[in-house]
Amino acid sequence: MISAVFKIAEERGLRRVVEVKIKIGELQQIDLDAFKLALSQLSQQYSMDVKFEFEIEKAEFKCKACGNLWPFNRDELKPEEQEAVHIIPEVAHAFLRCPRCNSPDFKIVRGRGVWIESLRGER
Amino acid sequence: MLDPRLSVIDERLSRVKRIMAISSGKGGVGKSLIAAVSALILARRGFKAGLLDLDFTNPSSSVILGARSLYPVEDRGMVPPKISGVEYISITFFAGDEPSPLRGEDVTNAFVEILALVRWSPLDYLILDTPPGLGDLLLDLLRLIKRLSFLVVTTPSRLSLETVRKLILLLRSVKAPIIGVIENMLMDSSQSLGEEIKKLDAAFLGSIPLDPGVEKALGDPEKLLETKFAEKLSEILNAIQ
Repeated sequence: MISAVFKIAEERGLRRVVEVKIKIGELQQIDLDAFKLALSQLSQQYSMDVKFEFEIEKAEFKCKACGNLWPFNRDELKPEEQEAVHIIPEVAHAFLRCPRCNSPDFKIVRGRGVWIESLRGER
Repeated sequence: MLDPRLSVIDERLSRVKRIMAISSGKGGVGKSLIAAVSALILARRGFKAGLLDLDFTNPSSSVILGARSLYPVEDRGMVPPKISGVEYISITFFAGDEPSPLRGEDVTNAFVEILALVRWSPLDYLILDTPPGLGDLLLDLLRLIKRLSFLVVTTPSRLSLETVRKLILLLRSVKAPIIGVIENMLMDSSQSLGEEIKKLDAAFLGSIPLDPGVEKALGDPEKLLETKFAEKLSEILNAIQ
């Protein structure tokens, strides 16, 4: 994340990064406090005075067979499956089925990945 | 706006000296076996070797290596476990024995996730076991991994050779380095397509006879290394190492 911030700042010719908005997909099941702490420590290490804002994007699946939309419910997964989805969200396809038609053919519509939604800085 | 995973892939692979993708246009030609046993041979020779199984929907390297109950350690990313001296990552660590039906976008996302997460040691060789064909994973390999060279596998079948011809054409068109072509599962030397392979725009590295002993050795790295298959593959690796 910090590397990506540096990369964007360089591309935009920013002297200082002031604010970074980060979106976190629910499927990543990231421990937000641990993530905030790590970013805070790393940004201090790099002498960055940045305000990080975080937003969790709820995960949603869409069945390719019947069109059903449904939300992610981590309680439907065993602990080891939750851990696997946390590391590689796509393995949700190994554990989940459309609750309406039982198809394994579904799309992760939203709620996967961690990305920089916006970044503000000074030239 | 920006996927931070893409910023870290080069860094994650920066300590790997050589990255080789074992590829073919066709399935069932022995890519996974060549990939896994190559990694074992290189590790046996004292090189630091890694194996990454990228055939997400049909992973078989775990069966070849007998890799059960392995799991990476989460530490500033994902530290791969070792099997017989080989650092090893497969989607089977996560999906277990369940089928993992993935469409192209999911394949790309899983691939990027793994590249961004896995903390390989300083390796001499990272062997990539790739799915067959010219689909999403091949295109992602070409897009995301610099310093990648291809070891192409065919069988002595014109069906296989035709798909390999197209693969080589594609790789040449994007200036991807090709180490050469291995003819695998040769049952009778008179049936070798070596002369046909030599007409392709890639080096012919040799033929590996079909070895019935491999089946019994599956799941046991030590036994695999004692097969005639491994002996012949080892000779080929000598030439390209």
